[in-house]
Amino acid sequence: MSTTSSLSAAAPGTPSLELSGVQKSFGSTLIIRGVSFDVRRGERLAIIGPNGAGKSTLFNLISGRLRPTKGSIRLNGEEIAGASPYRVNRRGLSRSFQVTNIFPRLSVFENIRCSVLWSLGYRYNFWRRADRLADANERTEETLEQIRMTARRDTPAGVLTYAEQRALEIGITIAGGASVILLDEPTAGMSRSEADHAVELIRAISQGRTLVMVEHDMSVVFNLADRIAVLVYGELIAADTPSRIRENPAVQTAYLGAAAHA
Amino acid sequence: MKDATTLAVRPLPLAAARKADAHGYGRWLAIALVLLLLPRVPGLNGDFGHSLLSQMGIAAVFALSYNMLLGQTGLLSFGHAVYFGLGGYAAIHLMRAINHGLSIPMPFVPLAGAASGLLFGILFGAVSTRRAGTIFALISLGIGELVYASTFMLPGLFGGEEGITANRTRAPALFGLKLGSQLEVYYVIAVWALIAGILMHAFTRTPLGRMCNAVRDNPERAEFIGYNTQHVRFFAFAFAGLFAGLAGGLHAINYEIVAADAISAQRSGTVLLMAYMGGITQFAGPVVGAIALTWLQTSLSAYTGAWLLYLGLFFMAIILFAPSGLVGLIAMHRAIVRTRAFGSVLVAYLVALVPALVMGAGAVLLIEMCFRVSTEAERGTAMRLLGVALDAASPWPWVGAAALLVVGFAGFRATWPRVASAWSRATDEATSRRATATQGAPG
Repeated sequence: MSTTSSLSAAAPGTPSLELSGVQKSFGSTLIIRGVSFDVRRGERLAIIGPNGAGKSTLFNLISGRLRPTKGSIRLNGEEIAGASPYRVNRRGLSRSFQVTNIFPRLSVFENIRCSVLWSLGYRYNFWRRADRLADANERTEETLEQIRMTARRDTPAGVLTYAEQRALEIGITIAGGASVILLDEPTAGMSRSEADHAVELIRAISQGRTLVMVEHDMSVVFNLADRIAVLVYGELIAADTPSRIRENPAVQTAYLGAAAHA
Repeated sequence: MKDATTLAVRPLPLAAARKADAHGYGRWLAIALVLLLLPRVPGLNGDFGHSLLSQMGIAAVFALSYNMLLGQTGLLSFGHAVYFGLGGYAAIHLMRAINHGLSIPMPFVPLAGAASGLLFGILFGAVSTRRAGTIFALISLGIGELVYASTFMLPGLFGGEEGITANRTRAPALFGLKLGSQLEVYYVIAVWALIAGILMHAFTRTPLGRMCNAVRDNPERAEFIGYNTQHVRFFAFAFAGLFAGLAGGLHAINYEIVAADAISAQRSGTVLLMAYMGGITQFAGPVVGAIALTWLQTSLSAYTGAWLLYLGLFFMAIILFAPSGLVGLIAMHRAIVRTRAFGSVLVAYLVALVPALVMGAGAVLLIEMCFRVSTEAERGTAMRLLGVALDAASPWPWVGAAALLVVGFAGFRATWPRVASAWSRATDEATSRRATATQGAPG
């Protein structure tokens, strides 16, 4: 139940993530108008689209922050639509946030360790010393090395630089060993070199996992994604390989063209 | 077994952890020694001193339990006295049963308080911890009023305003301990306070304790790393109830009476003041706050009828100028204590202290004269303040006091920039030293 490696639980060939007919309305306004797509195991899918297309809403629906009005969301074959964020996380999906969402008064090390505790089965344990949990501390150190934050381990997360906080954001997201990772604009607000660094980090951490990301930076998207889904006004207008998306006339008029004119 | 394998793979961190452990045990041992010797210290070695120390011990446990909520989990409760009081009532009823022949030594009575605090913490926590923030605070206020009102509706259980009394000496002795003297009572309280302190400190280092901090910092993110924040808050609340109940049990032994005031909103407010005054960001903060406030309550009230006003002013000064409390204030200085500029910080403090004292003297004179004229008119207007005989009916003491206040304030404003510049020089020095230290260190 608590293990996040639900890979074995699902039959081979089952997509990591399946959305079918997902709708979300706020009041009478339909924001997501029936979105369906699959993400294969180990695939890197990027969702692009103009501002207000509903990309973040879609992430909130998948990760349990919002409940879909209609439709089904399956994670490794299990229905998760409407489940609370912690239930979705326990089933093996973890997400990052567009606006940095960390534990500001905890040290970098504690930020990461807190996010490995549940997946290692420590739950609400109050009889063991956290410093003595060899597996939790090792996993934390490994994650720190992956995100290259070992030197900053004792710094309170609230005083890190913006780029460091973005890296920590990704660290918190991956530390629990989730099989499906959702990254919401991981390079937003970064300089070119910081973004290049982030791309390498994302490439490294997505090894052996399924990755879905929302991203505005097209060089990041075409660099990383195996497949690109284009969301416009709450509808998926295309989902294909980067080269075919680049040539797709509908996408060009709806999104890429608009971006080029801007 | 597990330790042995870890030792082989990663010898260094474990050795460091062991060293830190030894350091931790040493600290608790030192605290135990201080608790042992305190009642022998001149000034505290009489009945008054022992009684004061006993009250401080009870308050320290209560304030620490409160900070499990406020400082560690970010839950502001206005009704924590409920668990203190219900723990106290459970303990006093057990004491009565012991008086009637039940064979339990008195020093174990606080356990009944702890059990009661835990039970009601679970009961009321299940309702109130569904929400955090303002809603939680309001629910805690509501539960506090509800339980307080019920003490008058169920006089058989709570004894109404007179409360329930018992006798701590009519009980089987434990190691010859009869609890006849206040010193013996103090030692019982000290032992329980030490145990409670160790347990609450240990709690902060467990996975649940760390997650309490995470939920305090960012409840939303905690949900996305697998934690149900309601459950985390609930567990913290239940444990805080347990230790508040233990403090209530100690209260029952100390006073041999538990009345409605043990549950009152005023006691809930006092524990909030204690925690804030000492500092909610450091583990030891509430202990210091409990000691300081208990001391102020007992000693200040002997000097002046306006002591509550001074307490209020002191509290406001802390909230405004040292929001991390007394311990936070000390911790702020730890970083700069080894810098060369620290000397000039101290000098600047001393310089600023002179006008501050003048300002304080003016304020005290004004407050005391106001208090005498408005509240204690029957005592006449002739009074002796700060060693000076004066008559509050004459305008001159008022003019003088106002002048002291104004001049002191102006002087303080004039000397403060010196403190600020010395402080920034010291912090700059400390920062640059730390930078060179980390650059020099390998890896």
